[in-house]
Amino acid sequence: MIFKLVWENICHKPMRTLLSVLLIGVPVTLILTLIGLTTGYMDESRKRAAGIGADIRITGPGSNVLSFSNASIPDKIVDLLATEPHVAQAMGTVVAPIEGFDAAIGINPAAFNKMSGGFTFEAGNTFQNPNDILVDSWYADQRHVAAGGTLNLWQHDWHIAGVVEPGKLGHIFVQMEPLQDLQGGAGKVSQIFLKLDNAANVNGTVDYLRKKYDGYKIFSMAEWQSLISVDNIPFLKPFLRVIVGIAVVIAFFVVSLSMYMAVLQRTREIGILKSLGARNSFVMGLILAEAFVMGLGGTIFGIVLSYGSQYAIHSVMPASLPQAIVYIWWPIAGGIAMGAALLGAVYPGMLAVRQDPIEALAYE
Amino acid sequence: MIEPIIRIRDLRKTYRTGKVSVEALRGVNLDVPEGEFFSIVGPSGSGKSTLFHIVGGLTPPSAGSVTVGGKDVSQVGEAGRTELRRKQVSFVFQKFNLLPNLTARDNIRTALYISGRKVDRFEPEFEKILALLGIAGRLDHKPAEMSGGEQQRVAIARALATKPAILLADEPTGNLDTANSLAVLRLLRDLNERLGQTILMITHNAEAAEYGHRIVHMRDGQIVETAQTSHSLPH
Repeated sequence: MIFKLVWENICHKPMRTLLSVLLIGVPVTLILTLIGLTTGYMDESRKRAAGIGADIRITGPGSNVLSFSNASIPDKIVDLLATEPHVAQAMGTVVAPIEGFDAAIGINPAAFNKMSGGFTFEAGNTFQNPNDILVDSWYADQRHVAAGGTLNLWQHDWHIAGVVEPGKLGHIFVQMEPLQDLQGGAGKVSQIFLKLDNAANVNGTVDYLRKKYDGYKIFSMAEWQSLISVDNIPFLKPFLRVIVGIAVVIAFFVVSLSMYMAVLQRTREIGILKSLGARNSFVMGLILAEAFVMGLGGTIFGIVLSYGSQYAIHSVMPASLPQAIVYIWWPIAGGIAMGAALLGAVYPGMLAVRQDPIEALAYE
Repeated sequence: MIEPIIRIRDLRKTYRTGKVSVEALRGVNLDVPEGEFFSIVGPSGSGKSTLFHIVGGLTPPSAGSVTVGGKDVSQVGEAGRTELRRKQVSFVFQKFNLLPNLTARDNIRTALYISGRKVDRFEPEFEKILALLGIAGRLDHKPAEMSGGEQQRVAIARALATKPAILLADEPTGNLDTANSLAVLRLLRDLNERLGQTILMITHNAEAAEYGHRIVHMRDGQIVETAQTSHSLPH
């Protein structure tokens, strides 16, 4: 019977209900989109890291696990590492940030092909000139460019020699030396990848290298991929907390305002229920149940909308902002929205409970 | 001697608005035996609505005692008055006061639910009351789809569904045309006679009051006259 009452109340003012559900859904979408973007970015980074085919990754002293620091490691270290026990191949790359989360990777094509198995070309061909650049198909779609075209990076027009399949370390590749020259980092690399003679030697080699190359950040690829997480992106966790906080505040005030209006509009009905002997808990229960239903509706709408945001973002920036659908966050975002909705309904509920039945019945 | 179902002694009610005090009831004494159809008449401000609200547990008295069904409701708090409304009394109002979003059936079921009774199906005895009220075929309509007379009959059905000891009717014909007013008054008397339902009705209308067994005239917060009608309760 309570459900019937709640449902009829919700259906009685469809526009108010719809607006409340939409407004509760927005913060749910906000949370799910943000979580989806970070998770998508991490997942995609992990896949690309795996695509290089290396066993160990090394970055310079003082670098962050995920930072794209400018080239700081002398490339002589690459040659030195190549002579270490169990190391079958050492390859340095330069990471040159472009904008946002994007970066171009400076590679030695021969070394890169040897370690990763080479690119699969969807269009065009490999590097022919120092001015050539390769992009993966996601980045080509994002920038609306194709093989044979030009791409302006760092105020320099690059010739797009080829478009490759995504999944190998980065989205944009240039040859290392032109990039080093352009970045003013001749003879320096940003990171070094090692391929070992046998995967069983990874842990032992990492331990050995850490002792010998003190200060360098040396991780097996498995370790590095596990470190690609929200925890290792500076400021992301506090940012997430702020977004969740905003979501809570929005849901709280939306429901509070909506239920406050509902209580005012239904003053007479509350009086009728009281005249029938409805206890305070019954009246409060009705208000909270209505808030719960609106919170649930908002959660479902927010989830649906997160698919919409995924589609929209993927349409615009498929390479830079991959958005995952993180199912585990559905109940969390829903719980946040519904918790805020219920909290927002408490005060209007108390107003309803406190209403004098005689005054409520006289309300026009 | 049989204890009256409503026993009122030296009942007083004072409303305070800022520094102004208004004495709505000034020492009312009244006994209503079980099964009586009792009418209270009086002009606006005479205190009849206040008396009605106190007997129905909608507001507490300032002084005096009100015993309803053997329980002194002047001594109970809000929770006690809520229980009185759940179990002992039911209301029929001038403006019908049906829940507008619900059908007639669901309005009745809501009252049953609140009183803690089964709501899945009506008892055969109550089905007879619905037939007597002439609304058995209108139960799946919402108030807006019904005439005033039909709405008031639904309100009476809702009030009777919980088998209250006392039916409190506040100007039940005040919003009805003459034909519907007569129909509702006849129904109330019929219900009183057939079911032995105690009814306390307040009205402006002297003709309507005549449908009861006894009429009390109120003025300035006091009972000024009590009269038997031609339908006096048999002793």
